[in-house]
Amino acid sequence: MKRLCLLAAAATLFAAPAFAEDTITVGFTDSQTGPLNVDSLGQQRGYEFWRDEVNAAGGIKVGDKKYTVKFVSYDDQSVGGRVQQLYTRLINEDHAQFLFSPYSSGLTAPAAVISEQYGKIMIDSGGAEEKPFELGNKYLFMVITSASHYLSGAVEALKAKDPHAKIAMVYSDDPFSKAVLTAAKQQALAAGLQVVMDESYSPSTTDFGPIVNKIISSNADAFMGGGHYSDGATLARQMHDQKAGMKWISILVAPADDKFGELGPAALGVTVPSQWELQVNYKPQFGPTTAEFAKAFQDKFHAKADYHAASGYTSGVVLQHAIEQAGSIDPEKVAAALNATDITTFFGHVKFMTDPGHHGLQEAHKMVLAQWQNTDGKLGRQVVWPLEAKSADLIYPISASQ
Amino acid sequence: MLGILASIIDGVLVGLVYGLAAMGLTLIWGVMDVINLTHGAMIVAGMMALYLLANALGISPYLTLPPVLIGGFFVGVALYWIAIHRMVGRPPLMSLLSTFSVNLILIGVGTAVWGTALFNVEVSLPGITVGRYTFPGAHILAAVLAAVIAALLYVFLHYTRTGKAMRAVANNREAAELVGIPTTRVLAISVGVGVALAGVSGMLIGTLFPFTILSGDGYQLKGFIVTVLGGFGNPVGALLGGVALGLLEGMVTPFVPVSWTLVIEFALFVLVLIAFPGGIFASRRGAL
Repeated sequence: MKRLCLLAAAATLFAAPAFAEDTITVGFTDSQTGPLNVDSLGQQRGYEFWRDEVNAAGGIKVGDKKYTVKFVSYDDQSVGGRVQQLYTRLINEDHAQFLFSPYSSGLTAPAAVISEQYGKIMIDSGGAEEKPFELGNKYLFMVITSASHYLSGAVEALKAKDPHAKIAMVYSDDPFSKAVLTAAKQQALAAGLQVVMDESYSPSTTDFGPIVNKIISSNADAFMGGGHYSDGATLARQMHDQKAGMKWISILVAPADDKFGELGPAALGVTVPSQWELQVNYKPQFGPTTAEFAKAFQDKFHAKADYHAASGYTSGVVLQHAIEQAGSIDPEKVAAALNATDITTFFGHVKFMTDPGHHGLQEAHKMVLAQWQNTDGKLGRQVVWPLEAKSADLIYPISASQ
Repeated sequence: MLGILASIIDGVLVGLVYGLAAMGLTLIWGVMDVINLTHGAMIVAGMMALYLLANALGISPYLTLPPVLIGGFFVGVALYWIAIHRMVGRPPLMSLLSTFSVNLILIGVGTAVWGTALFNVEVSLPGITVGRYTFPGAHILAAVLAAVIAALLYVFLHYTRTGKAMRAVANNREAAELVGIPTTRVLAISVGVGVALAGVSGMLIGTLFPFTILSGDGYQLKGFIVTVLGGFGNPVGALLGGVALGLLEGMVTPFVPVSWTLVIEFALFVLVLIAFPGGIFASRRGAL
């Protein structure tokens, strides 16, 4: 028996290196705890769903070999200070060959410092802020539309409905929200719209009552702003409770989650810029179709896929495509393949900028604008902009939907 | 002008609820010199109880007040025996650490069960509209209920045997023991009442705003500011402190960028600490 055990141990020792060679390790942190938990969970599910699907299909094809995907991940607790320590650990101790981003711009920027230092490719589906891409990074690639284009569709749609709209911009004092609204303000002014209020609030704000009164006093008839989760929902609820009378409301992030529907009448008419919705229907050159992805996701998690899940999954699809195109897992060759990437997935068109001043920024993917509407007595999001992608007509003013 | 007035009134309405939330914190401090860092978690527990009871039983959100009050009391008594009893009379850091640990456990368990998803309780009460400004009915009713509960607490502390015993223990624990007051039981009841107040204020806040399992931190922070404004260990002062804070938020917001509101609040916090180390409405120590 003892001899048998020794033989088994020896066989395991010899077998282990062969197994390790055929595995690609991808590392990332997610926010299992802390305020970013909800959005991060969607992204994490997207990552894991991609891994399971790839492994079920035999792995990533590199030349004649197939590599299965292994994940190493840690809880960053939604705290930026933990991210650098954890990504260093992922690279040095866990030997991650490729990296996915954490969720949010605030966490992705510090993580990117580490991935660049070690020359590791990081696919970013959680941070939309442009700044890290203006620093000459070579291994950072963003699959989502960047912050400065988040509200472009909202500005275009509002202008189409009311060329003289007066907008109040009130947003969370964090890098992502500031980047989005700074760009939106320029776009609104260029479109001839008026911005009558432009203020940021502390992310810890609990009562927006005085702020809503200030919005009313500004004579605005349109609102754009918010930030992440609870603040965006609270703003929507208080604007409704205080009868702010906005004809248009665009709020970042929070309305993209199905739980936003809990606000009931306060959710009606609210628009949200979205990286992806179930209604979009791109013809993919690589990976599943929207219908295939949505159904398989629903079957696995018993929940509807949101854009965080879709963008997380797309990170994997894009990495897989680049590795297969490169025919290698060498970071330089995969980075070159990513630079040359120009494909359409179920998430949309993906192409990265390659000039040193914006390297890795997404230039092809387009966002949609979704609006909470009552359809057959059921509250849900409908794509309303751009017109060629719409699943329902845009309701303007909001009072027309109530 | 009407906008400024509306902000001030709105600030006072919400301030009354802040005050109620801080009363629980300051009551426990007043009786046993313990800063209860589970306060934020208990506020969230009140919010979650509101959400679960109102949704599961399909009852009016306001009918959840009695079960939250009673449940909060028993949770508070349990908290006393688990995290506070052995820390009473020891250096303040000990009770800070023990209540902070319980807070981390509660928030951790809550996050594991519910995540940090959003919860909202719909309240449809008619509000009062003046010009373009509306005071939501839920805000008015929450403020009225907060004021009534504060008044009942005052009556309890000053006109009931248990309330008088709590004030006696706050004043001088050894002397209270000498005259036969069961001080340990009184301390447990004090924590029970303090936590019940936190739970009820959480329940009322839950009728005003959407919340997540992590919402308690913000209200706990406000609770500290209110406690300092109102005077340490002075529940009635806490209510006035809450109104003062709400008033300040309402008055400041129309005139300065809203990102400055928090800076101004904390500047005031420091100024009050310097000028009135015991709080603006502080009465003599242990008076409750």
